[in-house]
Amino acid sequence: MIQRDIQIDESGRLRHFLTTEGVKRQLLTEILDHAENFTAVGNRSIKKVPLLRGSTIANLFFEPSTRTRTTFELAAKRLSADVLNININSSATTKGESLLDMLRNLEAMHCDMFIVRHAQSGAAHFIARHVAPHIRVINAGDGSHAHPTQAMLDMFTIRRHKGAFADLRIAIVGDIMHSRVARSQIHALTTLGVQEVRVIGPQTLLPRKVENLGVHVYHDLPAGLADVDVIIMLRLQRERMTGALIPSEREYFELYGLTPEKLAFAKPDAIVMHPGPINRGVEISSEVADGPQSVILEQVSNGIAIRMAIMSIIMGNRFGDMGEQS
Amino acid sequence: MKLRIHGGRVIDPANGIDMIADLCIEGGRITSVGVTPEGFSADREIDASGSIVCPGLVDLQARLREPGQSHKGNIDTETTAAAAGGVTTLCCPPDTDPVTDTPAVANLIRELAELCGRTRVLPIGAITPGLRGEQICEMVILSQAGCIAFSNAEHPISNTEVLRRAMEYAASHDLTLLLRPQDPWLATAGCAHEGAVSTRLGLPGIPEFAETLEVARLLTLVDRTGARTHIGPLSTARAVQMIGRAQFDGLPVSASVAIPHLHLTEMDISDFNSQCHLRPPLRTQRDQEGLRQGLAKGVVTAICSDHQPHDVDAKLAPFAATEPGASGLETLLPLSLRLSDQGIVALPDLIATLTCYPARILGIPSGTLSHGASANICIFDPEQYWTVGPETLLSYGHNTPFLGWELKGRVTHTLLEGRLVHELNG
Repeated sequence: MIQRDIQIDESGRLRHFLTTEGVKRQLLTEILDHAENFTAVGNRSIKKVPLLRGSTIANLFFEPSTRTRTTFELAAKRLSADVLNININSSATTKGESLLDMLRNLEAMHCDMFIVRHAQSGAAHFIARHVAPHIRVINAGDGSHAHPTQAMLDMFTIRRHKGAFADLRIAIVGDIMHSRVARSQIHALTTLGVQEVRVIGPQTLLPRKVENLGVHVYHDLPAGLADVDVIIMLRLQRERMTGALIPSEREYFELYGLTPEKLAFAKPDAIVMHPGPINRGVEISSEVADGPQSVILEQVSNGIAIRMAIMSIIMGNRFGDMGEQS
Repeated sequence: MKLRIHGGRVIDPANGIDMIADLCIEGGRITSVGVTPEGFSADREIDASGSIVCPGLVDLQARLREPGQSHKGNIDTETTAAAAGGVTTLCCPPDTDPVTDTPAVANLIRELAELCGRTRVLPIGAITPGLRGEQICEMVILSQAGCIAFSNAEHPISNTEVLRRAMEYAASHDLTLLLRPQDPWLATAGCAHEGAVSTRLGLPGIPEFAETLEVARLLTLVDRTGARTHIGPLSTARAVQMIGRAQFDGLPVSASVAIPHLHLTEMDISDFNSQCHLRPPLRTQRDQEGLRQGLAKGVVTAICSDHQPHDVDAKLAPFAATEPGASGLETLLPLSLRLSDQGIVALPDLIATLTCYPARILGIPSGTLSHGASANICIFDPEQYWTVGPETLLSYGHNTPFLGWELKGRVTHTLLEGRLVHELNG
């Protein structure tokens, strides 16, 4: 049975933003172009545009987050929207019933958009499928599945440094298995048409059949870094140490930690990215994180512009719908 | 009460019968198949022309949710669903609450089912008390209380010494074991087949070898203990091959598959359809093909419903947080018939996998229309189309991946010991 992609509306525009998978190149480029316009807003003395005045945006964070939530909040406020921050202790709401009940309550408060972060893969899809039809949903990270706004800010950062995507080789290093960021980056990069995406890590941190996503697999960091233009380091969660996934932080850093020596295998002008928060000395050395090739802090500031772009595009599509109806 | 079913195509695989015939029933037993004996005057006639008359179905695994989970269903609602699906004998796994590890629970289930009187319910006893996998239950006493076979349901017996002793004990007393092959270490954290789809969706996976490793352990122990063992429901092509080889070597081992796995694959989960959250998980196209071949070649000799009715909330959550399982009693027959329509198994063989073969696995004389046999009969219209939906399902659980499917073949009458326990639109 063919299911319609719930994040795309009848006119082929974004209704929700749940994943970068299956989103056409033209739509991804539109987001990047929009963000370009919004970067200027942050540099002005009055940092607001009235695009979403009168709209209410609810940040529903079922999983703790500081940076992502803050950038969403800032982005919404710069668009003049009202913002509701709701941090939900995830242990109390692992049952679907309370999740749905909570949605009904927020709908009753006349929210227009939900920004959702949840520890379960598919949570944003679940919410998008069950909310009232006028509500838009943006996925701010669901389990190991997707984190599309993070991926788009990374695309934006790459484009600002490298220009066109077509000739780029990109390496994603570390815990691909549990990374929603990596999955969303891979889908966006392959859609934007880069030359090659590589994933680098031990087999214990790579999901089965990851090559089906259109990537090349490397277990050796220097080999995988050869000739790459962009290196994306992933955070290694502490809890991965308790299973049998890797023996120790020390051995992980020895094999996959990005040091100046390892960085030298990449192209001389390669940029180093990290979705943060970084573990210094686990996946990346301080020399590299703070070095001239690092664009890690720039990613954070680009996060605001990209989220402004995504929110305004989606709400704009919705206003368009409502205009047609009346 | 005398009853005559006339004009139907009678398929009774156990006796090699496939012909248009009349069937006479008296005193709850089948008295003749073929031409109606002279002087037989029926109190009730059922016109079965255009329909197929076969033995009532025997389902090796269906959960009734009673005792313990009556918010998901109970013996009354679920035996109603069974009768509507043409099932006249079903086995319910021991993971009730309390666990079916004492004669009291087994008796309770049987007595409640007898009061309802719509289908014969055979409890499966627990192999280990509380399903904890630590000691062995009083299997002989449980079998005297009506437990037809023994299982540890979804719970593992990780300690191989305990499993070995359970199998030796079962072999000494000629008891049947029904074992589900799943390595607990590899499977517990997962919710979908480990492969392309779980990788794409970021769902924790259950590798194929979670099943084959356990099959290997079980087959080794069957070889050493001689315990009559049924392994299922299976989800992988490789497990079918392993069991086929063991059968060739003469091991007393049989296998079953649950109906959803013969029609769906991991692809059906996209995007996060919680109705396809099953255990074992839906696997690849190749696995589905292997299961179908296993059925065609006679390695897998039973199709079960693996009926697991749920309340609505159980499926209303992000995929991994939902409860696995599908309601399946009412779709068992029509979904099986698809396999004969698709040319995978001939109709009489297919009916055998739903009737006399599972009965043979349990060692009971059901699933036939033999002269003198208890009149447990299913009559279905093989050409009638119907749509699976809340309005057509009688089970308390409307959780099925086949919601909205148009199925061909519908049960019109079900008889239990000569009594009409289901009549469509009746």
